[in-house]
Amino acid sequence: METASKMPAPDRNPETAAYWNAAREHRLLIKQCDSCGESFHYPRALCPFCLSDSSWIEASGEGTIYSYTIVHLRDEAYVLAYVTLAEGPVMMTNIVTPDPQSVRIGQPVRVSFAPTISEDLAPVFVPVQP
Amino acid sequence: MNMHDRAQIVGIYEYPDRKIIGKTLAQLHAEVARAALADAGLSKDDIDGYFTDSAAPSMGPMSMVDYLGLDVRYVDTTDVGGASYLLHVAHAAQAIHAGKCNVALITFAGMPRSGLGRTPNVMGTAPDTGFELPYRPITPSIYALAAQRHMYEYGTTSEQLAWIKVAASHHAQHNPHAMLRDVVTVEDVVNSRMIADPLHLLDCCVVSDGAGAIIVARPEIARSLSRPGARVRGSGEGLRYRKGGRTDLTVTAAARAGPAAFAEAGITTADIKYASIYDSFTITVLLQLEDLGFCAKGEGGRFVEDGNLISGVGKLPFNTDGGGLCNNHPNNRGGATKIFEAVRQLRGEAHPAVQVPNCDIALATGLGVQLSTRHSGGALVLERA
Repeated sequence: METASKMPAPDRNPETAAYWNAAREHRLLIKQCDSCGESFHYPRALCPFCLSDSSWIEASGEGTIYSYTIVHLRDEAYVLAYVTLAEGPVMMTNIVTPDPQSVRIGQPVRVSFAPTISEDLAPVFVPVQP
Repeated sequence: MNMHDRAQIVGIYEYPDRKIIGKTLAQLHAEVARAALADAGLSKDDIDGYFTDSAAPSMGPMSMVDYLGLDVRYVDTTDVGGASYLLHVAHAAQAIHAGKCNVALITFAGMPRSGLGRTPNVMGTAPDTGFELPYRPITPSIYALAAQRHMYEYGTTSEQLAWIKVAASHHAQHNPHAMLRDVVTVEDVVNSRMIADPLHLLDCCVVSDGAGAIIVARPEIARSLSRPGARVRGSGEGLRYRKGGRTDLTVTAAARAGPAAFAEAGITTADIKYASIYDSFTITVLLQLEDLGFCAKGEGGRFVEDGNLISGVGKLPFNTDGGGLCNNHPNNRGGATKIFEAVRQLRGEAHPAVQVPNCDIALATGLGVQLSTRHSGGALVLERA
Protein backbone atom coordinates (compact mmCIF):
# COMPACT_ATOMS: atom_id res chain seq x y z
CA MET A 1 0.00 0.00 0.00
CA GLU A 2 1.41 3.36 -1.01
CA THR A 3 0.53 6.04 1.48
CA ALA A 4 3.89 7.71 1.76
CA SER A 5 4.42 9.92 -1.22
CA LYS A 6 0.87 11.27 -1.08
CA MET A 7 0.91 12.36 2.56
CA PRO A 8 0.36 16.10 2.93
CA ALA A 9 3.07 17.95 4.83
CA PRO A 10 2.53 18.57 8.54
CA ASP A 11 1.78 22.06 9.79
CA ARG A 12 4.97 23.36 11.42
CA ASN A 13 4.67 26.18 13.92
CA PRO A 14 6.33 27.25 17.19
CA GLU A 15 4.09 24.92 19.20
CA THR A 16 4.72 21.85 17.05
CA ALA A 17 8.25 22.14 15.63
CA ALA A 18 9.76 19.88 18.32
CA TYR A 19 7.23 17.14 17.48
CA TRP A 20 8.09 17.14 13.80
CA ASN A 21 11.85 17.50 14.44
CA ALA A 22 11.68 14.38 16.64
CA ALA A 23 9.69 12.53 14.00
CA ARG A 24 12.57 13.13 11.56
CA GLU A 25 14.69 11.20 14.09
CA HIS A 26 12.07 8.43 14.30
CA ARG A 27 10.93 9.44 17.77
CA LEU A 28 7.28 9.97 18.77
CA LEU A 29 6.77 12.78 21.28
CA ILE A 30 3.67 13.52 23.30
CA LYS A 31 3.01 16.23 25.85
CA GLN A 32 2.80 15.81 29.63
CA CYS A 33 1.43 18.43 32.01
CA ASP A 34 3.98 19.91 34.43
CA SER A 35 1.30 20.24 37.08
CA CYS A 36 -1.39 17.53 36.87
CA GLY A 37 0.82 14.99 35.12
CA GLU A 38 -1.72 14.07 32.44
CA SER A 39 -0.28 13.24 29.05
CA PHE A 40 -2.04 14.38 25.91
CA HIS A 41 -2.16 14.38 22.11
CA TYR A 42 -2.52 16.48 19.97
CA PRO A 43 0.39 18.38 21.53
CA ARG A 44 -0.17 22.01 22.55
CA ALA A 45 1.66 24.40 24.83
CA LEU A 46 -0.91 24.48 27.64
CA CYS A 47 -2.44 21.42 29.31
CA PRO A 48 -6.09 20.98 28.21
CA PHE A 49 -6.93 19.49 31.62
CA CYS A 50 -5.64 22.32 33.87
CA LEU A 51 -4.07 25.00 31.61
CA SER A 52 -0.62 24.59 33.19
CA ASP A 53 2.60 24.52 31.17
CA SER A 54 3.60 21.19 29.67
CA SER A 55 6.73 19.35 28.57
CA TRP A 56 7.60 16.93 25.80
CA ILE A 57 8.08 13.27 26.68
CA GLU A 58 9.03 10.43 24.37
CA ALA A 59 6.27 7.87 23.86
CA SER A 60 7.09 4.17 23.79
CA GLY A 61 5.62 3.89 20.30
CA GLU A 62 3.40 1.01 21.40
CA GLY A 63 -0.37 1.18 21.05
CA THR A 64 -3.60 -0.54 20.12
CA ILE A 65 -6.14 0.32 17.45
CA TYR A 66 -9.13 2.20 18.91
CA SER A 67 -10.94 2.48 15.57
CA TYR A 68 -10.08 2.37 11.87
CA THR A 69 -11.53 2.68 8.41
CA ILE A 70 -10.29 1.59 5.02
CA VAL A 71 -10.63 4.61 2.74
CA HIS A 72 -11.38 3.53 -0.81
CA LEU A 73 -10.28 5.99 -3.46
CA ARG A 74 -10.45 5.41 -7.18
CA ASP A 75 -6.91 4.11 -7.50
CA GLU A 76 -5.83 3.23 -3.97
CA ALA A 77 -6.94 2.33 -0.47
CA TYR A 78 -5.45 3.39 2.83
CA VAL A 79 -6.27 2.88 6.50
CA LEU A 80 -7.17 5.87 8.65
CA ALA A 81 -7.20 5.07 12.37
CA TYR A 82 -7.22 6.22 15.93
CA VAL A 83 -4.55 4.48 17.99
CA THR A 84 -4.55 4.39 21.79
CA LEU A 85 -0.95 4.95 22.86
CA ALA A 86 0.44 2.93 25.76
CA GLU A 87 0.70 6.24 27.64
CA GLY A 88 -3.08 6.77 27.33
CA PRO A 89 -3.88 9.39 24.69
CA VAL A 90 -5.53 8.44 21.40
CA MET A 91 -4.02 9.89 18.21
CA MET A 92 -5.11 9.98 14.58
CA THR A 93 -2.80 8.12 12.24
CA ASN A 94 -2.57 5.70 9.32
CA ILE A 95 -2.09 1.95 9.71
CA VAL A 96 0.47 0.83 7.13
CA THR A 97 -0.03 -2.78 6.10
CA PRO A 98 -0.05 -4.79 2.88
CA ASP A 99 -3.36 -6.29 4.02
CA PRO A 100 -5.83 -3.57 5.10
CA GLN A 101 -8.64 -6.12 5.41
CA SER A 102 -6.76 -7.77 8.28
CA VAL A 103 -6.85 -4.62 10.45
CA ARG A 104 -8.96 -4.97 13.62
CA ILE A 105 -9.95 -2.83 16.61
CA GLY A 106 -7.81 -3.82 19.60
CA GLN A 107 -4.91 -4.96 17.43
CA PRO A 108 -1.46 -4.11 18.85
CA VAL A 109 0.55 -1.72 16.69
CA ARG A 110 3.95 -0.01 16.80
CA VAL A 111 4.97 3.38 15.51
CA SER A 112 6.84 3.83 12.24
CA PHE A 113 7.67 6.95 10.29
CA ALA A 114 6.47 7.61 6.76
CA PRO A 115 7.64 10.23 4.28
CA THR A 116 5.36 13.13 3.46
CA ILE A 117 5.54 15.41 0.44
CA SER A 118 7.87 17.65 2.47
CA GLU A 119 11.11 16.80 4.29
CA ASP A 120 9.04 15.85 7.34
CA LEU A 121 8.13 12.32 8.40
CA ALA A 122 4.73 11.51 9.89
CA PRO A 123 4.18 8.95 12.68
CA VAL A 124 2.19 6.00 11.34
CA PHE A 125 1.63 2.57 12.86
CA VAL A 126 2.23 -0.99 11.71
CA PRO A 127 0.55 -4.13 13.10
CA VAL A 128 2.62 -6.12 15.59
CA GLN A 129 2.54 -9.90 15.32
CA PRO A 130 1.50 -11.21 18.77
CA MET B 1 -47.55 34.88 29.48
CA ASN B 2 -46.81 31.29 28.56
CA MET B 3 -43.30 30.73 29.89
CA HIS B 4 -42.55 28.59 26.84
CA ASP B 5 -43.76 31.24 24.38
CA ARG B 6 -40.68 33.42 24.18
CA ALA B 7 -40.37 33.49 20.39
CA GLN B 8 -41.83 31.80 17.34
CA ILE B 9 -40.57 30.78 13.93
CA VAL B 10 -42.98 32.64 11.67
CA GLY B 11 -41.40 32.29 8.23
CA ILE B 12 -39.25 29.77 6.39
CA TYR B 13 -37.96 29.36 2.86
CA GLU B 14 -35.91 26.57 1.31
CA TYR B 15 -34.44 27.35 -2.10
CA PRO B 16 -35.87 24.71 -4.45
CA ASP B 17 -32.85 24.02 -6.70
CA ARG B 18 -30.06 21.63 -5.74
CA LYS B 19 -27.68 22.98 -8.37
CA ILE B 20 -27.63 26.72 -8.77
CA ILE B 21 -26.24 28.40 -11.88
CA GLY B 22 -25.84 32.09 -12.64
CA LYS B 23 -26.45 33.62 -9.22
CA THR B 24 -24.15 35.14 -6.66
CA LEU B 25 -23.97 34.18 -3.01
CA ALA B 26 -25.28 37.57 -1.88
CA GLN B 27 -28.16 37.40 -4.34
CA LEU B 28 -29.18 34.00 -2.95
CA HIS B 29 -29.14 35.32 0.64
CA ALA B 30 -31.39 38.17 -0.49
CA GLU B 31 -33.80 36.05 -2.52
CA VAL B 32 -34.40 33.62 0.33
CA ALA B 33 -34.78 36.49 2.81
CA ARG B 34 -37.47 38.03 0.61
CA ALA B 35 -39.26 34.69 0.23
CA ALA B 36 -39.20 33.96 3.99
CA LEU B 37 -40.59 37.44 4.69
CA ALA B 38 -43.41 36.71 2.24
CA ASP B 39 -44.06 33.38 3.98
CA ALA B 40 -44.28 35.18 7.32
CA GLY B 41 -46.32 38.12 6.06
CA LEU B 42 -43.70 40.60 7.25
CA SER B 43 -41.67 43.24 5.45
CA LYS B 44 -37.99 44.08 5.40
CA ASP B 45 -38.43 47.02 7.74
CA ASP B 46 -39.80 44.70 10.45
CA ILE B 47 -36.36 43.06 10.76
CA ASP B 48 -34.18 44.33 13.60
CA GLY B 49 -31.96 41.28 14.16
CA TYR B 50 -29.77 39.45 11.64
CA PHE B 51 -28.01 36.08 11.85
CA THR B 52 -25.75 34.29 9.37
CA ASP B 53 -22.69 32.02 9.29
CA SER B 54 -19.10 32.38 8.08
CA ALA B 55 -20.02 31.10 4.63
CA ALA B 56 -21.76 34.44 4.01
CA PRO B 57 -19.93 36.92 1.79
CA SER B 58 -17.44 39.21 3.50
CA MET B 59 -16.88 39.43 7.26
CA GLY B 60 -19.73 38.20 9.42
CA PRO B 61 -22.94 40.14 8.76
CA MET B 62 -21.27 43.24 7.30
CA SER B 63 -21.90 42.84 3.59
CA MET B 64 -25.32 41.24 3.86
CA VAL B 65 -26.90 43.86 6.11
CA ASP B 66 -25.71 46.45 3.58
CA TYR B 67 -26.91 44.44 0.53
CA LEU B 68 -30.28 43.82 2.17
CA GLY B 69 -30.60 47.36 3.47
CA LEU B 70 -31.33 46.18 6.99
CA ASP B 71 -31.47 48.46 10.02
CA VAL B 72 -30.55 46.01 12.78
CA ARG B 73 -29.84 46.42 16.46
CA TYR B 74 -28.70 42.82 17.05
CA VAL B 75 -26.41 40.50 15.04
CA ASP B 76 -24.95 37.03 15.65
CA THR B 77 -22.66 35.09 13.31
CA THR B 78 -22.14 31.98 15.41
CA ASP B 79 -20.52 29.34 13.22
CA VAL B 80 -20.39 25.73 14.36
CA GLY B 81 -20.78 24.15 10.93
CA GLY B 82 -24.03 22.48 9.97
CA ALA B 83 -25.63 22.98 13.39
CA SER B 84 -25.18 26.76 13.17
CA TYR B 85 -28.76 27.53 12.19
CA LEU B 86 -30.22 25.67 15.17
CA LEU B 87 -28.06 27.83 17.40
CA HIS B 88 -29.11 30.90 15.43
CA VAL B 89 -32.78 30.16 16.15
CA ALA B 90 -32.00 29.50 19.82
CA HIS B 91 -29.95 32.69 20.14
CA ALA B 92 -32.60 34.69 18.28
CA ALA B 93 -35.27 33.46 20.70
CA GLN B 94 -33.04 34.44 23.63
CA ALA B 95 -32.35 37.87 22.15
CA ILE B 96 -36.05 38.47 21.54
CA HIS B 97 -36.88 37.36 25.08
CA ALA B 98 -34.20 39.73 26.41
CA GLY B 99 -35.67 42.63 24.45
CA LYS B 100 -32.68 42.98 22.13
CA CYS B 101 -34.73 42.57 18.95
CA ASN B 102 -38.27 41.79 17.79
CA VAL B 103 -37.90 40.10 14.42
CA ALA B 104 -34.74 38.14 13.56
CA LEU B 105 -33.77 37.10 10.05
CA ILE B 106 -31.45 34.08 9.52
CA THR B 107 -30.01 33.47 6.04
CA PHE B 108 -27.49 31.06 4.55
CA ALA B 109 -26.33 30.06 1.07
CA GLY B 110 -23.59 28.07 -0.59
CA MET B 111 -22.78 26.40 -3.87
CA PRO B 112 -20.31 23.52 -3.43
CA ARG B 113 -21.53 21.90 -6.68
CA SER B 114 -21.35 24.98 -8.85
CA GLY B 115 -18.14 26.07 -7.21
CA LEU B 116 -19.32 29.64 -6.83
CA GLY B 117 -19.90 29.57 -3.10
CA ARG B 118 -17.42 30.80 -0.60
CA THR B 119 -16.02 28.02 1.56
CA PRO B 120 -14.58 29.35 4.79
CA ASN B 121 -10.99 28.28 5.39
CA VAL B 122 -11.39 26.55 8.72
CA MET B 123 -8.45 24.18 8.43
CA GLY B 124 -5.49 26.41 7.60
CA THR B 125 -4.40 27.80 10.92
CA ALA B 126 -6.14 25.47 13.37
CA PRO B 127 -3.92 23.99 16.11
CA ASP B 128 -5.39 20.51 15.78
CA THR B 129 -5.73 19.79 12.07
CA GLY B 130 -1.97 19.86 11.50
CA PHE B 131 -1.90 16.54 13.32
CA GLU B 132 -4.68 15.11 11.14
CA LEU B 133 -4.28 16.28 7.55
CA PRO B 134 -1.14 14.19 6.81
CA TYR B 135 -3.32 11.09 7.31
CA ARG B 136 -5.86 12.19 4.68
CA PRO B 137 -9.06 12.06 6.73
CA ILE B 138 -11.67 12.61 4.01
CA THR B 139 -15.07 13.52 5.43
CA PRO B 140 -16.81 10.12 5.18
CA SER B 141 -13.83 8.45 6.87
CA ILE B 142 -14.19 10.74 9.89
CA TYR B 143 -17.72 9.39 10.36
CA ALA B 144 -16.70 5.83 9.49
CA LEU B 145 -14.33 5.78 12.48
CA ALA B 146 -17.30 6.33 14.80
CA ALA B 147 -19.43 3.76 12.98
CA GLN B 148 -16.68 1.14 13.19
CA ARG B 149 -16.27 1.70 16.92
CA HIS B 150 -20.03 1.54 17.53
CA MET B 151 -20.18 -1.77 15.66
CA TYR B 152 -17.30 -3.08 17.77
CA GLU B 153 -18.80 -2.05 21.10
CA TYR B 154 -22.48 -2.80 20.44
CA GLY B 155 -22.71 -5.15 17.47
CA THR B 156 -24.42 -2.60 15.25
CA THR B 157 -24.64 -3.81 11.64
CA SER B 158 -24.43 -2.24 8.19
CA GLU B 159 -27.97 -3.47 7.57
CA GLN B 160 -29.22 -1.53 10.58
CA LEU B 161 -27.49 1.65 9.40
CA ALA B 162 -29.01 1.06 5.96
CA TRP B 163 -32.54 1.25 7.43
CA ILE B 164 -31.92 4.94 8.09
CA LYS B 165 -31.32 5.59 4.39
CA VAL B 166 -34.27 3.38 3.46
CA ALA B 167 -36.59 5.45 5.67
CA ALA B 168 -35.29 8.72 4.22
CA SER B 169 -35.82 7.42 0.70
CA HIS B 170 -39.41 6.43 1.47
CA HIS B 171 -40.03 10.08 2.37
CA ALA B 172 -38.01 11.59 -0.49
CA GLN B 173 -40.16 9.92 -3.13
CA HIS B 174 -42.88 12.46 -2.27
CA ASN B 175 -40.60 15.52 -2.46
CA PRO B 176 -40.34 16.87 -6.04
CA HIS B 177 -37.24 18.88 -5.08
CA ALA B 178 -35.32 15.94 -3.59
CA MET B 179 -32.04 15.02 -5.26
CA LEU B 180 -32.61 11.28 -4.79
CA ARG B 181 -36.27 10.27 -5.17
CA ASP B 182 -35.93 6.54 -5.75
CA VAL B 183 -36.97 4.29 -2.87
CA VAL B 184 -34.01 2.10 -1.90
CA THR B 185 -33.78 -1.17 0.02
CA VAL B 186 -31.37 -2.34 2.70
CA GLU B 187 -29.72 -4.47 -0.01
CA ASP B 188 -29.27 -1.41 -2.25
CA VAL B 189 -27.44 0.39 0.55
CA VAL B 190 -25.14 -2.42 1.66
CA ASN B 191 -24.34 -3.30 -1.96
CA SER B 192 -23.49 0.27 -2.93
CA ARG B 193 -19.83 1.17 -3.37
CA MET B 194 -17.76 1.16 -0.17
CA ILE B 195 -16.45 4.67 0.53
CA ALA B 196 -14.82 4.21 3.95
CA ASP B 197 -15.55 1.00 5.85
CA PRO B 198 -18.22 0.50 7.09
CA LEU B 199 -19.89 3.40 5.26
CA HIS B 200 -21.14 2.83 1.72
CA LEU B 201 -22.04 5.45 -0.87
CA LEU B 202 -25.69 5.31 0.20
CA ASP B 203 -24.77 5.86 3.86
CA CYS B 204 -23.68 9.37 2.83
CA CYS B 205 -25.81 12.48 2.35
CA VAL B 206 -26.12 14.32 -0.94
CA VAL B 207 -23.88 17.23 -1.91
CA SER B 208 -26.07 20.14 -2.94
CA ASP B 209 -26.04 23.83 -3.63
CA GLY B 210 -28.65 25.60 -1.59
CA ALA B 211 -29.91 28.53 0.38
CA GLY B 212 -32.60 29.30 2.86
CA ALA B 213 -33.98 31.68 5.42
CA ILE B 214 -35.82 31.59 8.74
CA ILE B 215 -37.67 34.38 10.52
CA VAL B 216 -38.08 34.33 14.30
CA ALA B 217 -40.44 36.85 15.92
CA ARG B 218 -41.75 38.04 19.27
CA PRO B 219 -44.97 36.13 20.20
CA GLU B 220 -47.09 39.31 20.10
CA ILE B 221 -45.99 39.87 16.51
CA ALA B 222 -46.42 36.18 15.65
CA ARG B 223 -50.02 36.27 16.86
CA SER B 224 -50.79 39.18 14.50
CA LEU B 225 -49.80 37.12 11.45
CA SER B 226 -52.10 34.94 9.39
CA ARG B 227 -49.74 31.97 8.98
CA PRO B 228 -49.22 29.53 11.86
CA GLY B 229 -46.02 29.89 13.88
CA ALA B 230 -43.80 27.37 15.63
CA ARG B 231 -42.96 28.16 19.21
CA VAL B 232 -39.28 27.80 20.19
CA ARG B 233 -40.13 25.93 23.35
CA GLY B 234 -36.66 24.68 24.27
CA SER B 235 -33.12 24.72 22.94
CA GLY B 236 -29.77 23.19 23.73
CA GLU B 237 -26.28 23.23 22.34
CA GLY B 238 -23.00 21.47 22.96
CA LEU B 239 -19.53 20.93 21.56
CA ARG B 240 -17.58 17.70 21.66
CA TYR B 241 -13.95 17.05 20.85
CA ARG B 242 -11.17 14.61 21.58
CA LYS B 243 -10.26 15.85 25.04
CA GLY B 244 -6.50 15.60 24.71
CA GLY B 245 -6.86 12.04 23.46
CA ARG B 246 -9.47 10.72 25.92
CA THR B 247 -11.48 9.83 22.87
CA ASP B 248 -14.96 8.27 22.98
CA LEU B 249 -16.48 8.06 19.52
CA THR B 250 -19.75 6.48 20.62
CA VAL B 251 -21.23 9.65 22.16
CA THR B 252 -22.16 12.89 20.39
CA ALA B 253 -22.86 16.47 21.43
CA ALA B 254 -26.56 15.59 21.23
CA ALA B 255 -26.08 14.04 24.68
CA ARG B 256 -25.78 17.57 26.02
CA ALA B 257 -27.91 19.53 23.53
CA GLY B 258 -30.93 17.20 23.61
CA PRO B 259 -31.52 16.90 27.36
CA ALA B 260 -30.99 20.66 27.76
CA ALA B 261 -33.65 21.37 25.13
CA PHE B 262 -36.07 18.84 26.63
CA ALA B 263 -35.61 20.24 30.14
CA GLU B 264 -36.23 23.82 29.02
CA ALA B 265 -39.30 22.72 27.06
CA GLY B 266 -40.58 20.60 29.95
CA ILE B 267 -41.05 17.55 27.73
CA THR B 268 -39.68 14.04 27.27
CA THR B 269 -38.93 12.10 24.10
CA ALA B 270 -42.39 10.52 24.45
CA ASP B 271 -43.97 13.90 23.66
CA ILE B 272 -42.17 14.26 20.31
CA LYS B 273 -44.44 13.44 17.37
CA TYR B 274 -41.90 14.18 14.63
CA ALA B 275 -38.10 14.46 14.64
CA SER B 276 -35.75 16.10 12.16
CA ILE B 277 -32.46 14.37 12.97
CA TYR B 278 -29.28 15.72 11.34
CA ASP B 279 -28.27 13.12 8.78
CA SER B 280 -24.91 13.86 7.19
CA PHE B 281 -24.38 10.09 7.31
CA THR B 282 -26.51 7.21 8.56
CA ILE B 283 -24.29 6.82 11.63
CA THR B 284 -24.89 10.48 12.54
CA VAL B 285 -28.58 9.67 13.01
CA LEU B 286 -28.07 6.46 14.95
CA LEU B 287 -25.71 8.00 17.50
CA GLN B 288 -27.95 11.02 18.06
CA LEU B 289 -31.06 8.89 18.58
CA GLU B 290 -29.26 7.15 21.44
CA ASP B 291 -27.86 10.36 22.92
CA LEU B 292 -31.25 12.10 22.71
CA GLY B 293 -32.75 9.27 24.71
CA PHE B 294 -35.07 7.69 22.12
CA CYS B 295 -33.33 4.44 23.04
CA ALA B 296 -30.51 3.29 25.29
CA LYS B 297 -26.85 3.63 24.27
CA GLY B 298 -26.04 0.71 22.01
CA GLU B 299 -29.69 0.09 21.07
CA GLY B 300 -29.73 2.47 18.09
CA GLY B 301 -29.33 -0.31 15.53
CA ARG B 302 -32.37 -2.17 16.80
CA PHE B 303 -34.31 1.10 17.14
CA VAL B 304 -34.00 2.07 13.47
CA GLU B 305 -34.69 -1.40 12.03
CA ASP B 306 -37.82 -2.44 10.17
CA GLY B 307 -38.93 1.04 9.15
CA ASN B 308 -39.24 2.51 12.63
CA LEU B 309 -38.32 5.95 11.22
CA ILE B 310 -40.82 5.84 8.33
CA SER B 311 -43.84 8.12 8.68
CA GLY B 312 -47.02 6.12 8.99
CA VAL B 313 -45.08 2.90 9.62
CA GLY B 314 -42.75 3.36 12.56
CA LYS B 315 -42.85 4.93 16.00
CA LEU B 316 -40.63 7.93 15.23
CA PRO B 317 -41.25 9.60 11.87
CA PHE B 318 -38.02 11.38 10.90
CA ASN B 319 -36.81 13.64 8.09
CA THR B 320 -40.03 13.52 6.10
CA ASP B 321 -38.56 15.80 3.41
CA GLY B 322 -36.04 13.05 2.59
CA GLY B 323 -33.39 14.62 4.80
CA GLY B 324 -29.79 15.26 3.89
CA LEU B 325 -29.53 11.62 2.91
CA CYS B 326 -31.90 12.04 -0.07
CA ASN B 327 -33.23 15.57 -0.36
CA ASN B 328 -30.90 18.45 0.43
CA HIS B 329 -27.68 19.13 2.37
CA PRO B 330 -27.11 22.72 1.26
CA ASN B 331 -23.50 23.88 1.27
CA ASN B 332 -22.54 20.75 3.25
CA ARG B 333 -24.44 22.29 6.17
CA GLY B 334 -27.83 20.72 6.68
CA GLY B 335 -29.08 22.28 9.92
CA ALA B 336 -31.63 24.68 8.47
CA THR B 337 -33.36 21.96 6.47
CA LYS B 338 -34.04 20.20 9.77
CA ILE B 339 -35.89 23.28 10.99
CA PHE B 340 -37.79 23.72 7.70
CA GLU B 341 -39.37 20.28 7.78
CA ALA B 342 -40.16 20.47 11.50
CA VAL B 343 -42.03 23.75 10.89
CA ARG B 344 -43.88 22.22 7.91
CA GLN B 345 -44.96 19.31 10.10
CA LEU B 346 -46.20 21.64 12.86
CA ARG B 347 -48.08 23.75 10.30
CA GLY B 348 -49.62 20.61 8.80
CA GLU B 349 -47.94 21.48 5.51
CA ALA B 350 -45.71 18.46 4.98
CA HIS B 351 -46.58 16.28 1.99
CA PRO B 352 -49.87 14.48 2.78
CA ALA B 353 -48.16 11.10 2.35
CA VAL B 354 -45.74 11.87 5.20
CA GLN B 355 -47.63 14.39 7.35
CA VAL B 356 -47.77 13.22 10.97
CA PRO B 357 -51.36 13.47 12.29
CA ASN B 358 -51.88 16.02 15.06
CA CYS B 359 -48.22 17.02 15.07
CA ASP B 360 -47.98 19.42 18.00
CA ILE B 361 -44.38 18.90 19.21
CA ALA B 362 -41.40 18.46 16.91
CA LEU B 363 -37.68 18.15 17.41
CA ALA B 364 -34.92 19.45 15.14
CA THR B 365 -31.25 18.61 15.67
CA GLY B 366 -27.93 19.52 14.14
CA LEU B 367 -24.49 17.93 14.28
CA GLY B 368 -21.86 20.02 12.56
CA VAL B 369 -18.19 20.06 11.56
CA GLN B 370 -16.74 16.51 11.92
CA LEU B 371 -18.17 13.75 14.08
CA SER B 372 -15.02 12.06 15.34
CA THR B 373 -12.60 14.98 15.60
CA ARG B 374 -14.55 18.05 16.74
CA HIS B 375 -18.27 18.56 16.35
CA SER B 376 -21.15 20.74 17.44
CA GLY B 377 -24.64 19.80 18.48
CA GLY B 378 -27.83 21.80 18.50
CA ALA B 379 -31.38 20.85 19.43
CA LEU B 380 -34.67 22.73 19.20
CA VAL B 381 -38.01 21.65 20.62
CA LEU B 382 -40.69 23.37 18.53
CA GLU B 383 -44.39 23.50 19.31
CA ARG B 384 -47.39 24.30 17.15
CA ALA B 385 -48.48 27.78 18.21
